[in-house]
Amino acid sequence: MRRFAVLLTAALAAAGAMAAVPHAPHPNDAVIAGKDLPPTLADYGFFTDAPSQVPAEGVTPYRLNTPLWSDGAEKLRFVYLPDGAKARAQGEGLLDLPVGAALVKTFAFQDHGKRRLIETRVLLHRADGWLALPYLWNAEQTEARLALAGARVPVVTPDGESIAYRVPNKNQCKECHGLNGAVVPIGPKARNLSRDWLAAQVAAGRLDAMPKVAASLPVWEDRASAPAAFAARAYLEANCAHCHQPGATASNSGLDLRWEQTDPHAIGIEKRPVAAGRGSFDLTYDVVPGHPEQSILPQRMRSTEPGVAMPELGRQTVDHAGVEAVERWIAGL
Amino acid sequence: MKIAMTALALAAAASPAFAETRTVAPGDGAQERLQEALILAKPGDEVVLQPGRYVLTDGLSLDTDNVTLRGAGMDASVLDFTGQEGAGEGLLVTSDKVTLRDFGIENPKGDGVKSKGADDIVYHRVRVTWTGGPKASNGSYGIYPVESTGVLVDGTIVSGASDAGIYVGQSRKITIRNSIAQGNVAGIEIENSRDALVEHNLATRNTGGILVFDLPNLPVMGGGNVIVRDNLVVGNDTPNFAPPGNIVGGVRRGTGVLVMANDGVLVEGNTITDNPTSQVMVVSYPMAFTDKRYNPYPRNVVVGANEFARGGYDPQIEGKDMLLAAFGGALPPVMWDGLSQGATGLTVAPGVDGWSLNLEHQGQKTTDAKPGPLKVAAPTTTVDPATVGAPAELEARLR
Repeated sequence: MRRFAVLLTAALAAAGAMAAVPHAPHPNDAVIAGKDLPPTLADYGFFTDAPSQVPAEGVTPYRLNTPLWSDGAEKLRFVYLPDGAKARAQGEGLLDLPVGAALVKTFAFQDHGKRRLIETRVLLHRADGWLALPYLWNAEQTEARLALAGARVPVVTPDGESIAYRVPNKNQCKECHGLNGAVVPIGPKARNLSRDWLAAQVAAGRLDAMPKVAASLPVWEDRASAPAAFAARAYLEANCAHCHQPGATASNSGLDLRWEQTDPHAIGIEKRPVAAGRGSFDLTYDVVPGHPEQSILPQRMRSTEPGVAMPELGRQTVDHAGVEAVERWIAGL
Repeated sequence: MKIAMTALALAAAASPAFAETRTVAPGDGAQERLQEALILAKPGDEVVLQPGRYVLTDGLSLDTDNVTLRGAGMDASVLDFTGQEGAGEGLLVTSDKVTLRDFGIENPKGDGVKSKGADDIVYHRVRVTWTGGPKASNGSYGIYPVESTGVLVDGTIVSGASDAGIYVGQSRKITIRNSIAQGNVAGIEIENSRDALVEHNLATRNTGGILVFDLPNLPVMGGGNVIVRDNLVVGNDTPNFAPPGNIVGGVRRGTGVLVMANDGVLVEGNTITDNPTSQVMVVSYPMAFTDKRYNPYPRNVVVGANEFARGGYDPQIEGKDMLLAAFGGALPPVMWDGLSQGATGLTVAPGVDGWSLNLEHQGQKTTDAKPGPLKVAAPTTTVDPATVGAPAELEARLR
């Protein structure tokens, strides 16, 4: 009898799941804005087909002009807005996303000619603030489960390096996303989004107005045709400034690498390091105009040694294109 | 029996509501299990490390207020970061009212424990060791509270840091005591911080024993109101092994207590011996700077009565042989660069001997020195002990 009951329950659950598919192409607002830590990515319903990364209704893909580099991982970015909700433009800075919104970012690498999903990070705007959670994909690529403590996953990078790729733990999410004690999004700043995409959001009623942007960050693939300072400062903004700004994780360094910072000293020019330790490489200043080889900043970008390598989190290998862009800028200063 | 039950219930009620103990054991998956316990801990909880060696590959972090991480002893519960593959420190704390006690950390690739913006933190009987001894490839700081108000470091042991063993930066209301800093470049360093009490520590075999610094271009400036008292600052004679380019790379081997810039520092009641360059050194910031907020001079620095024995016999100073000959084989205990601000810039207790480089302006090279005997007034200022140190509430957590 008992076994029969179990079978019946299982059958009902299966029927429920099957029935749910046609009726649930929409993300689950109660889960997104709720209080729990959902155990699987599927609980949110961000995707109609998560393994293929097909977004559900209300989930819009986007890209950043100049992205954060993470060992060359392919990144699939999505923003979710609940029905009828609108993001608000805030000048050239972060789009103001309402409570109930979410940002979703999947990290993938090629594996034997196929895209293999490694992790999906979600950033949920709940009533008490933003919450960042990492989800780790299984080997079968059927399910991503909450990985509060993070993980290490062997991958081969596009440069052909075999690494133990690091999925951050929940607290490490805050190391990059923390600003003045709160968790905030990093990527979707108006100046780092394409004008076309922003216009499309306004037209679709998902953004209240076209943001006023003085100068957009260059598109990374087109950096060769951008002024050296633009490419490098865009790179530093996207890869370093989330920690290196007042109120963030590396505030005590006094180094401020935000795009809008104009004080040469604050961005490292003839600035002595504070707590660089052996990361100073016997050099005196973060940036020495005309001399990348005498500048600490690119040396730390070239290192893969914990305690020396910058950024501290999110990479095991060297972003040669990033180093090149930064060195080109320093050489021309 | 009934009375006992009631008493038990009362005792339970007196402890924080629903506080939970989360016990973690070493072994497979220690990285994930320990990190998960630190993430799931609620305010009031205690995460307990069972005895043993925890082999870790990544930095740990704690971001919840009012959590205690407790081991079975600094040699019994050891977090081993020898194989660390990522993160800038062994343990990062970013929440308030945290207590770290009774565990050891070995061979972190970067810093040992960093607590940033973590107010009211207690480090009690924590050990951070780079087991290969002094090496430039060791991490920078052992115990590293920064941008915090309320810091109590008690009964810790740090050795091998390639910068400072115990380093408190850009913080306020600090006590560092009963600790041992051995074989680091700087033993104990107070940088751009205020209201600090450094007492009853042993600083030995470092390049420099106890440093009180103020540096330009930091978000938090204006260090001062510091008491360094009743410490043993003995035999700090390890050649400087800081990776070149470091600010502490300029610390001369054999420095006992070094005060640079700062407003209001009292050095008193210490036993300072066998520091071959100088038992006490009081100097202005030696380099060029542009930060208008910065005052490079020592102000209201008082060297009171200390027990000075042998020292200054092998100074790492230009013109060493001439100096030793001039001063009769060993330099007197207090060295001053000759620069300070105000009538009370540097004062010393009657009977304290010293010498001065007699520099004439900030930034001047020591090779321009015109050495002579120290001639400064007796102290008329002091630092009020009631104004320094960690809040009493932190003290209560040790009991």
